[in-house]
Amino acid sequence: MSHLGLSTAVPRARSRGSIEISIGGSLLSAWLFLAIFGPSILGVDPNQIDLVAILQPPHADHWLGTDQLGRDALARILMGARIDILMSVLGVLPPLIIGVVVGLVSGYFGGWIDSILMRLVDITVAFPFLVLVIAIVGMLGPGLDNFFVALALVGWVSYARLIRARGLVLREAEFIQAARGLGYPPLYILFRHVMPKALSPIAVYAMSDAVMVMLAGASLGFVGLGVQPPTPEWGVMIADGQPFVTMGWWICLFPGMAAASLGLGFLLLSDGLAGRLGVRK
Amino acid sequence: MSRIPAIGLRLVQLLPVLIGITIVTFLLVKLSPGDPVRLMLGDRATEETVAAVRAQLGFDLPLWKQYLSYAGNLLQGDLGQSIRYRLPVLDLILGVMPRTLFLATYVLVLSIPATVILSVVAARHAGKPVDQIIRILSVIGMTIPVFWLGIMLARFLGVELGLFPVSGYGDGFIDHLHHLFLPALSTSVWLVPMLVRNLRASILEQMEADYVVASRAKGLPARYIFGRHILPNSLLPTLNLLGVMIAFLIGGSVIVEIVYAVPGLGGLMIEAVLARDYTVIQGLTLFYALGTVIVTLSVDLISTWIDPRVQL
Repeated sequence: MSHLGLSTAVPRARSRGSIEISIGGSLLSAWLFLAIFGPSILGVDPNQIDLVAILQPPHADHWLGTDQLGRDALARILMGARIDILMSVLGVLPPLIIGVVVGLVSGYFGGWIDSILMRLVDITVAFPFLVLVIAIVGMLGPGLDNFFVALALVGWVSYARLIRARGLVLREAEFIQAARGLGYPPLYILFRHVMPKALSPIAVYAMSDAVMVMLAGASLGFVGLGVQPPTPEWGVMIADGQPFVTMGWWICLFPGMAAASLGLGFLLLSDGLAGRLGVRK
Repeated sequence: MSRIPAIGLRLVQLLPVLIGITIVTFLLVKLSPGDPVRLMLGDRATEETVAAVRAQLGFDLPLWKQYLSYAGNLLQGDLGQSIRYRLPVLDLILGVMPRTLFLATYVLVLSIPATVILSVVAARHAGKPVDQIIRILSVIGMTIPVFWLGIMLARFLGVELGLFPVSGYGDGFIDHLHHLFLPALSTSVWLVPMLVRNLRASILEQMEADYVVASRAKGLPARYIFGRHILPNSLLPTLNLLGVMIAFLIGGSVIVEIVYAVPGLGGLMIEAVLARDYTVIQGLTLFYALGTVIVTLSVDLISTWIDPRVQL
């Protein structure tokens, strides 16, 4: 089976990627914990305007300082974590599901279905990812829901390609031929035997896709097309702070670091999983 | 010479993709919940005027007829009129395009040497501290939001130290280089890591190839083997990735242009989106897609030139 690249035949693969998995995993769990419990532990309203305390540098009352409306930056970042994590998870799932189904059908059945679906892929990848997302959001109107719609319309392509290539290899594998010989229906073989074997590259890709989705969502928030203020999404916070950035270093710094560290968590986990599962990126 | 038929065939194969692209940009406008004609005429126009203009623009025709007239206009270089500026969309786009092209070229000029140097260093010292440091920096570079890095660079290198202008495009070539340095740098910080990861892996793979062992056995100097055999062979996969990355780069430039107020295609795009100038969004999306197609095609052609075994 190893000649098909289906398993990690290399013995040293056991410990591979474990450092990345533990660091990435800890970063993600830390952010998940902060997002779920942070806002209530801190107990500060992220939208509480305090015009007496505007643009304060970090100090004992406001650990990460305050913004131009005197809102507590830490409270906003913690609340923003909920939105940005939600965004990266919910933004990845619909394209993943659509892509997996399209790719499986395309790779397994081949023929004209494959030709049509792959032309559709060719056309979609001809558009730069962010441009098409911005154009679709621009047509539908700004907001998180339309961002998800745009992602679903654009993002499935990579998953479809990945899993199709996998399906083409697996179609010839002995255990699939055996299943076919035993007379199982094609859809049963497809979802019970092919899909589970094809999922590890998908898992690895989905993790790094989450970074891209989060950065795209934050970028859209930044230009005013994503999450709308005053909701404390990190990209929105950076955009809010940009005019005041010369008055204080802390205003844009912390939301950006938050986004980078969350992204780092996803990316390290993706790298670690790739090493562990023997997936080439 | 013998490659010309293959190139011709490749161009013919592009045709359905090009038609598909125009179908997508055509349908894009149909996604909008608002009425473009109403937007164009303003709130005070009467229902009769709106209906008359709709008929005049052919918006009451069946969808496929509308598409045919859209495609026909495109073939004549007519991308429609901007709802906001009342100018031909093509003129608006061509007017600002040189700036975005300049920025994209600038990014490549900064990124490609950096990529090659970092990858070679990392691959030759694989597993050693230098390699680890480059790897960690790469991972960090990929997760930093480009617009945030842009703001930070603008603040510290631009405002604090006064080394670079933080917005605009400047006049003249040298001034463009000066103005666009920070935008190009912020984009490169994100682009280089992706390419380094790829090229490093590719070099390491080539290093174990049989021909390297053979060359070494022949007694060729390591430096010669590396420069003459390993590196050229490693570049091909990275070149393909670069093609994909340029498409991303074009998309990413939209955001970077906003951060640094570079009046290019990205600025026009966001402005059009915020003003609901549908025809401009449509035209720009088409342009970006055509740009990507051209880049991909060029990469494929260069690949066959580097490695004649590659089939178009």
